[in-house]
Amino acid sequence: MAMWLFLGSECLLFGGLISTYMLYRGRVTQGPRPSQVFDIPFTSVSSFVLLMSSLTMVLAVTSAQRKDNHRTKLWLMVTASLGATFVGGQVYEFTAFYNEGLGFTTNLFSSSFYTLTGFHGVHVTVGVIMLLSLRGIISKDKDTGDRPEVVELIGLYWHFVDIVWIIIFTLVYLIPA
Amino acid sequence: MNATATDTHEQHDSHAHGLSDATAIKIALILGTMTALEVSTYFVDFGAFFMPVLMVLMVVKFLTVVSYFMHLKFEHQMFKFLFYTGLGLALFVYFVALATFKFFS
Amino acid sequence: MAIIERPTPADTISLRMPVTPAQSMGIVRRPVTSTGWKSWVFTVDHKKIGIMYGVFAMFFFIVGGVEALLIRLQLAAPDGKILSADLYNQMFTMHATTMIFLFAMPMAAAFANYFLPLQLGARDVAFPRLNALGLWLLVAGGLILNSSWFLGGAADGGWFMYSPNSGPVFSPSNGVDFWTIGVQIAGFGSLVSSINLIVTILNMRAPGMTLMKMPVFCWMIMVVQFLLVFSLPVITVALVLLTFQRSFGATFFDVAQGADPLLWQHLFWIFGHPEVYVLILPAFGIISEVLPTFSRKPLFGYPFVVFSGASIGLVGFGVWSHHMFATGLGPISVAAFSIATMAIAIPTGVKIFNWTLTMWGGKIWYSTAMKFAIGLIVLFTIGGLSGVTHAVAPSDTQQTDTYYIVAHFHYVLVGGMVFGLFSGFYYWWPKVFGKMLNEKLGGWNFWLMVIGMNMTFGPMHILGLQGQPRRMYVWTEARAGEGFFNFGFWNRVASLGSFILAIGILIFLINVVHTARKGKPAPLDPWDARTLEWITTSPPKEHNFDRIPVVHHLDEFFHRKYQENTTTGEMVQIATGAQLVQAEEDNADAHIHLPSPSYWPIAIAVGVGTLGLGVVYGVPIMIVGVLIILGSAFGFVLEPSVADDIDYDPPMSGGQDTKELAPLG
Repeated sequence: MAMWLFLGSECLLFGGLISTYMLYRGRVTQGPRPSQVFDIPFTSVSSFVLLMSSLTMVLAVTSAQRKDNHRTKLWLMVTASLGATFVGGQVYEFTAFYNEGLGFTTNLFSSSFYTLTGFHGVHVTVGVIMLLSLRGIISKDKDTGDRPEVVELIGLYWHFVDIVWIIIFTLVYLIPA
Repeated sequence: MNATATDTHEQHDSHAHGLSDATAIKIALILGTMTALEVSTYFVDFGAFFMPVLMVLMVVKFLTVVSYFMHLKFEHQMFKFLFYTGLGLALFVYFVALATFKFFS
Repeated sequence: MAIIERPTPADTISLRMPVTPAQSMGIVRRPVTSTGWKSWVFTVDHKKIGIMYGVFAMFFFIVGGVEALLIRLQLAAPDGKILSADLYNQMFTMHATTMIFLFAMPMAAAFANYFLPLQLGARDVAFPRLNALGLWLLVAGGLILNSSWFLGGAADGGWFMYSPNSGPVFSPSNGVDFWTIGVQIAGFGSLVSSINLIVTILNMRAPGMTLMKMPVFCWMIMVVQFLLVFSLPVITVALVLLTFQRSFGATFFDVAQGADPLLWQHLFWIFGHPEVYVLILPAFGIISEVLPTFSRKPLFGYPFVVFSGASIGLVGFGVWSHHMFATGLGPISVAAFSIATMAIAIPTGVKIFNWTLTMWGGKIWYSTAMKFAIGLIVLFTIGGLSGVTHAVAPSDTQQTDTYYIVAHFHYVLVGGMVFGLFSGFYYWWPKVFGKMLNEKLGGWNFWLMVIGMNMTFGPMHILGLQGQPRRMYVWTEARAGEGFFNFGFWNRVASLGSFILAIGILIFLINVVHTARKGKPAPLDPWDARTLEWITTSPPKEHNFDRIPVVHHLDEFFHRKYQENTTTGEMVQIATGAQLVQAEEDNADAHIHLPSPSYWPIAIAVGVGTLGLGVVYGVPIMIVGVLIILGSAFGFVLEPSVADDIDYDPPMSGGQDTKELAPLG
């Protein structure tokens, strides 16, 4: 319950960041505009990776409910590596943008873009850390299938990060300013 | 909402939301297809349908993940209330705020 | 996932890991002492946490009060020399910030933490360690906020910190940095504790206590926590943007780049207006307990009071732009927000109506608590009425940024909130400390505060309508006007009043010291009260209730003491409170188990504070902060909620005995 409440609260956090971006994305007085830097095919792939990590998370949760420790650990690892791939892609993307002359302080678009996607990236990173720690904890467990609730809660967080990206991907990348 | 009533409810729920792996994969495939469709708008010109198509796909994807992967559809009313209140308030306040900036006109 | 989450929670990993701390993190044993400073600093007991919130808030009440007195001294005479213009800016900014974030919210949190579990019939909150975390985050935020006084000057942009005025160009000192970081951290603390309290209310009510049998105080606290959960993330966004602008050169409020200064205002007030109700609703909750008790009547129209509270909360999210009428929003926005703002007067009026009718025909006992409650009704109504004049946009355009606004919100906050909290002090003091506050001193306390408050803030209506702007640091005799409307005269009255108000509060502090020294022990049920917190000893035992009460009525405690005579319809006393408490003790549950103290909440708060300072002082400190947070978060998660037996010293060497395991109520 606390997790749902937290996620409800997070809706307002990301809502604020997205709104700021929407308001500012077209306001470019210097430096590149969004359409000049976005690499849609690349971002599509990383979006797909994140989406699929939601699937593997579901598989981890169902395995945990079946008390299948082995598969739970496996799917947690897969999810974590997909998440890490996504974060890696984001780091690559940021570097590429930066080399094209879009620094954090360049213009309103860049500040709000980096803040929004950066916040999302931090959430993914925290998620990856939680997944890895959870895997470690499950390995140490004496009994098998001991904590389906915990897997489920972290799953909820993970899916939430995914749905936020669903929105960011459409609003930020696909709809031109 | 006394304790016993809720407990039985909860057992009922945990039976209902046992999303099978096969269903999960099917849903993921649908989501993947929708993403592909979204991306295709970048390459193919949809004309006037561009915005509505993207918006509808986005909302459908969002709700699918929330309802099935996060199985909110099968959860207790209270959880729906907590999450959708947050979501609804976010939509409301930010739409109004953006409207005062004449964002939609 | 179940809706029932017991305090041995399914979603902390802790419970199911039977590891000793020695095994888990290789760090020291659990802090299990029950006396000395360690028993406070590492506690997870909601009562101790509540008291610490109270002490913290009272300290900052005095700090904020001294700041207010300095402001009034500066304005007492023409061409005031006490504060420079710069210092004056810092003073009113910090006065408002301190009073709102470091007094009002923590004091409400003190009451909520202490009395929520007691009124619900629970043994603790849902997540005791998160509760401690909330407190320590708040302390970290408060310290950072006020450390700026000694580190190059405090924030000077007003409590709303409008951008771009708060940007690096116009506010070059570090004050605003400390402010954003401090408020941010205090906000995290509130977020954590509000999630905790909501889960507590929804899951941990005593058997039989449906939501509609829950005391109004709990209801109001729940509404407040929902407001916080959904409004704090918005201020978080705003503060993040401002921090990034100031510390990392982002451009969010850089008008030269095309930024919109109204963005900050929208984000701030989307948070800021619900925040207003966050401040006042706990006071409404308190007096909704006090008024029935001292009128010896049930609360008139309980469902109306509850639902009007909830609707104030809901509509509170739709009125923020009335703070921005003067910014040129456009006629449609102004009209819509104006109507919404007027609408919010309706549920507030319903409440005032219900309180008045609660007293109507009751056998009123004019105790100090009751006096403060009545004071709230009267003074809040005055403030509410001037509030309605702000809802009328044309009139508001005239009043914006004048002392009329200052008068309005001090009537609702001092006359409303502070009086409500003082009512709570006098009502619950015997419960918390087992001693009665002196009623005679209480009378002085009350009347001096009423006189002082009206003398201070009443004239501000006149000053404002005459056009004295807010935040003006001097006034000159030459331009003060003449006759009845002379600025100088009313400013002197206000300054004099502020000292009378201060003396009133001083008497409260004297009363506290006097009571601690010579106060007479409180009877178990001094006020013939109505709700569950009185069915246990004063102060309550660590486990609150010897036996978890089963609830059949709203005002359960009252209904256990009184029964209706079926022929006459009168309520006849069948038991005294003391007898009921005795009965509970005689039938105590065996094997009561409580969560054990923990180092980690305060450790995480230290980490967050370090991270915050790092934002001001450089990346290396931030990294240290992140490492502390990560380390202690792992400690937090891996730690079982109950200490193992080996963590306790054996009783013969002076330690406490081990505790039995049993499910919590």
